Amino acid sequence: MPHPQEKRILFGWRDIKDIGSLKVYREKGGYDAWLKLLKEKQPAEVIELTKASGLRGRGGAGFPTGMKWSFVPNNLGKPKYLCVNCDESEPGTCKDREIVEHIPHQLLEGIGIACYAVGIQKAFIYIRGEMYEGYLSLKKAIEEAYAAGLFGKKIGGSDFECDIVLHRGAGAYICGEESALLSSLEGERGFPRLKPPFPAVSGLYACPTVINNVETLATLPPIFRMGVEEYAKLGTDKSKGTRMVSLSGHVNNPSNFEIELGKVNFKQLIEDFGGGMRHGKKCKAIIPGGASAPWLTMEQHGEVTLDFEAIAAARSMAGSGAIVVMDEDTCAVGAALNLVEFFHEESCGKCSPCREGTQWLTQILHRIEHGQGKMEDLKLLDEICESMLGKTFCPLGDSATVPVSSSMRYFRDEYEHHIKEKCCKVGPGAKKTAGV
Amino acid sequence: MPTQELLSPKLQERIKELMASYPKPQSAILMALHLIQEELGWVPEPAQAQVAELFGMPPQDVTTLVSFYYMYHRKPVGRYVLKVCKSISCYLCGSQNVIDHLEKKLDIKMGETTADGQFSLVGSECLAACTGAPCLQVNDRFYENCSQERLDELLSRLRGGDSHFPPANVSWQPPKES
Ligand SMILES: Cc1cc2nc3c(=O)[nH]c(=O)nc-3n(C[C@H](O)[C@H](O)[C@H](O)COP(=O)(O)O)c2cc1C
Ligand code: SF4
Ligand code: FES
Repeated sequence: MPHPQEKRILFGWRDIKDIGSLKVYREKGGYDAWLKLLKEKQPAEVIELTKASGLRGRGGAGFPTGMKWSFVPNNLGKPKYLCVNCDESEPGTCKDREIVEHIPHQLLEGIGIACYAVGIQKAFIYIRGEMYEGYLSLKKAIEEAYAAGLFGKKIGGSDFECDIVLHRGAGAYICGEESALLSSLEGERGFPRLKPPFPAVSGLYACPTVINNVETLATLPPIFRMGVEEYAKLGTDKSKGTRMVSLSGHVNNPSNFEIELGKVNFKQLIEDFGGGMRHGKKCKAIIPGGASAPWLTMEQHGEVTLDFEAIAAARSMAGSGAIVVMDEDTCAVGAALNLVEFFHEESCGKCSPCREGTQWLTQILHRIEHGQGKMEDLKLLDEICESMLGKTFCPLGDSATVPVSSSMRYFRDEYEHHIKEKCCKVGPGAKKTAGV
Repeated sequence: MPTQELLSPKLQERIKELMASYPKPQSAILMALHLIQEELGWVPEPAQAQVAELFGMPPQDVTTLVSFYYMYHRKPVGRYVLKVCKSISCYLCGSQNVIDHLEKKLDIKMGETTADGQFSLVGSECLAACTGAPCLQVNDRFYENCSQERLDELLSRLRGGDSHFPPANVSWQPPKES
């Protein structure tokens, strides 16, 4: 059941019984928006309409979707490709999985719209290997859509043709980074590539390529169904429409919610949507956009609204829309260590600032957490972050510094306490030295 | 064992079909390795060599891929692989308790397989089920909100031979009544 304060556009049909089947999706009017565009609009008009909708990428960077499409040159005489990024592995994020498991045809229709707009005849869906149920759901949906003539040649009686290939990854966070995704899709290790050339010009198999997130594409059909002007009325001036947020951590009702951008703040999200904090605890920190986003605190940022600009103004980022909530008993050092270990584990090892930097950060946080840290370690952490920022081959290296620098920004006292008292300042870990 | 027997002719056919669906056949290698693992339960070295031959790749290139991507097992695993998420949302909601409880109940450590070959216990990064933290996967299926009671239920169902547990959760099933 949708939460009463949600604004459901993308998820408008999410709870309809059997909406994952072509039959029900078609009965509701699914695929009509795309087929209508095929008949009535030129591809260039579809790009302009997408620009006018204000839709921005939901994969992390928030890049305007219509503009991304317009960068693809038409005159290279090479095939063009769409790669659908369903690698969803940013800790805290679980909305793309819900989309592919529950409304697979809506994603396929969105793929159809994007392919028509850019003149693409082959789309690859790169789905992370662990999402097996999502894979089966999409596989079935693709078979149904082909059987109904919605993919293949002469779609909807037009001259447009388009094929879809469903491709499973095999476990590696880095493959969500768009250029690493291309390497992986070519059957190589998932190493990021040097840019330029940008994928729009030279991507998959050195051909012009668009890479879009699952949520971005699945939002297109409802946008065209309701009309771009209507959609663009939602949200704020620069962050239009709605987006999914995955609310997890220490709240009573962790869930995916679709919210209107700029209309809900963190306090409301946690209280009204999340049902408040578990066990009546206080909220201490919020990670507002997946593991790569700098932490915020409830005390200072409770009123910050969920949209790209407001979160950026608070020195963080809206990222993947994953909002992870920590209560007052959470040890900041322990949580930062957990995040840094993630980046260390997932570093692809291609460049040394990231490969070695993540290793050092992990070691130092580990010794602070376990009561063996020294005061000089805090300076060392700063220096290592400095030596990584902007000097790594891909953004993962930058992201790895974020949990350290942002937790130290707000909770430096906890680091110092750990070093001096050899135990946590808060939570169960604080009891270790009770009475000492 | 001679390598020909590892990849059945039917499997080889499937792999060749996959190769044809990409502009560049090597793109199909990850999918091919998944099929091999589905059939054999893991990806033994002779199978890597044989698939390398099918793709016209040096065998060491396939070995490199098998070790780069976490999902491929380079040694045999139990019938049920319990993959416990350790990332931030699950960490905050007690993934360490899940690990401790399973290690105790199965009497193995992370990374090990029970002597009867039924269970392997492994750690994982975020499984994209963060709103159901702490969570794990049983082979390909998700199991969320892993309290001790729910973990005990899982183990007793699997030990009792209920191999369809936990149930799959796909979209053409009716949504939960609420
Ligand atoms: C390390 C790393 C991991 C990423 N993982 C994902 C991911 O899992 N899914 C995703 O859609 N984008 C991910 N991205 C962002 C993509 O590189 C890319 O910006 C995005 O897929 C573009 O789609 P959009 O414009 O529709 O947002 C990741 C980026 C980095 C640097
Ligand atoms: S920054 Fe890290 S993940 Fe990115 S290329 Fe370098 S080693 Fe690989
Ligand atoms: S953090 Fe455990 S599933 Fe995402």
